[in-house]
Amino acid sequence: MADTAAHSSHPGGHSGAGHGPGDGTTKRDFLKMVAGAGALVGAGAIAWPLIDSMNPSQDVLALSSVEVNLAPIPEGSGITVLWQGKPIFVRHRTAAEIKAAEDVKLSDLIEPQSDADRVKPGHAPWIVLIGICTHLGCIPLGNKPTDPRGEWGGWFCPCHGSQYDTSGRVRHGPAPLNLYLPPYAFENDTKIKIG
Amino acid sequence: MVGLNKSDFKNPVINWIDTRMPVFTLMQKEYGSFPTPKNFNYFWNFGALAMVNLVLMIITGVFLAMNYAPNSMLAFDSVERIMRDVNWGWLIRYAHMNGASMFFIVVYVHLFRGLYYGSYKAPRELLWMLGVVILLLMMATAFMGYVLPWGQMSYWGATVITNLFSAIPLVGKSIVTWLWGGFAVDNPTLNRFFSLHYLLPFVIVGVVFLHVVALHITGSNNPLGIEVKTPQDTIPFHPYYTIKDSVGICVFFIVLALLVFFAPNFFASPDNYIPANPLQTPAEIVPEWYFLPFYAILRSVPNKLGGVMMMFGAIAVLFVLPWLDTSPVRSARFRPIYRQLFWLLVISVFALGAVGAHRPQGVWVVIGRLATLYYFLHFLVILPILGKLERPLPLPESISRPVLGGGKMPSGATAKPMEKA
Repeated sequence: MADTAAHSSHPGGHSGAGHGPGDGTTKRDFLKMVAGAGALVGAGAIAWPLIDSMNPSQDVLALSSVEVNLAPIPEGSGITVLWQGKPIFVRHRTAAEIKAAEDVKLSDLIEPQSDADRVKPGHAPWIVLIGICTHLGCIPLGNKPTDPRGEWGGWFCPCHGSQYDTSGRVRHGPAPLNLYLPPYAFENDTKIKIG
Repeated sequence: MVGLNKSDFKNPVINWIDTRMPVFTLMQKEYGSFPTPKNFNYFWNFGALAMVNLVLMIITGVFLAMNYAPNSMLAFDSVERIMRDVNWGWLIRYAHMNGASMFFIVVYVHLFRGLYYGSYKAPRELLWMLGVVILLLMMATAFMGYVLPWGQMSYWGATVITNLFSAIPLVGKSIVTWLWGGFAVDNPTLNRFFSLHYLLPFVIVGVVFLHVVALHITGSNNPLGIEVKTPQDTIPFHPYYTIKDSVGICVFFIVLALLVFFAPNFFASPDNYIPANPLQTPAEIVPEWYFLPFYAILRSVPNKLGGVMMMFGAIAVLFVLPWLDTSPVRSARFRPIYRQLFWLLVISVFALGAVGAHRPQGVWVVIGRLATLYYFLHFLVILPILGKLERPLPLPESISRPVLGGGKMPSGATAKPMEKA
């Protein structure tokens, strides 16, 4: 195998001829490979800082968490907060809305997931979602009780008519997936930390 | 000229492209088999180094521009953000900053080479003049780049340099107002400087292309300064000079790395880490080191218009140098008197550099004036006359043939003459 590789590579290299033993690999081939590999590593070492400079900078990463006070949010409506440049829905669900979300048969869902998996244990009234439609990135309506909330009482995307239920699960396309959940935790009963 | 190219490349894809657009044939001809004098010394590295340096500056500059804000309220802070928050931002900025200094070192050595070995003489006059254009563009680009961080030296450098134009009679004031876009250096000035600082490097790329085109018509000069006579005088550019240039490129990056990692602010002024203040001029205001000789000439002349004209004149003489030097012999190796006077010119330029870095008082004024005098004397008086008076040493018959004693010969020419075709 090594022999054939050397043979096939040799006719292309012109400068190696005349220095080696006529056939097969020469010392010059080896030197070329080593020099080429060294140059490649150097180029990579130069390129990496440039590429990495386009990743989020330290001041952007520093904005990675926000705290939200839940006390002022009345039952039946939600608020939008900004986290990492994205809208986060924090909604205070009514008992009827919670029941509707919990009673759905999983087989009726586009992306089956139980409501219990989408809220923190013991905090069923609070649903926290990334408010970006999973279709093409618009922000669905439905936080205010006066907004159109669609047939399932959750959110309605004005761009292409996707509808989500009170758990943020997609019930009517074209969106393919449920609204994403951001990482968050309850600091106490009336305060969450997102991120 | 219409018609497909007959390509010699074996690889079918390369051959297909080369038949329709012979860029591979062109590269092979101009950088592969290109016949190059075989007696280059390491001074002939610096053209390639300048090219590498230009690419380095453009690449680091493009990435800096992704994070820089060309607004007088934001510029200084955005540069600090690059230094502290952007991933590797400190490295990219220091490479760009020190890359500018490296660029001038490389280009000044390149210029030194041209002066010493007479590379500006016929038929390379146009090649030389394009080089002077590149130098001017580099100076403009470097100056405007220095303004962008919007520190104290940025601001006051911009003020002083733009005020040079106020020396022009009658319209000077209006021109300065026009340059500023206001009645002092301010946000409009910063905006246009950023725009031009981004543009000019690409203009430099264009002129470099013309510089190389002209070079590949005349061929390179060489340390002996005599023309290539037979194919025995040349070797193909690749691999001989690609390898020789690679050695220089490695040294270049080592020096750059030493600066960037161990003394990133070696060439910088600490005052430029103070945000621009239009109400206070720094006590010690000097330009970047690469402008010091010209700055010294400016200050040596006790007249505003005169000083400005002498400063620009110092570069203008380079433009007409091919016609000022009347000697037909190129290389200083064979010009015993020119060689000594050339070193006097080098000394006077270094003296001007030192003068530019000191306050114009006492002995510095005297040195500055003497050095300025010699600079112009050298180009405007000595070179035209010397060519007629000086008796050059005998020139070698060819690059390959050793000469009849006399000047020192490069080993390439003496070692094994005519041994291998």
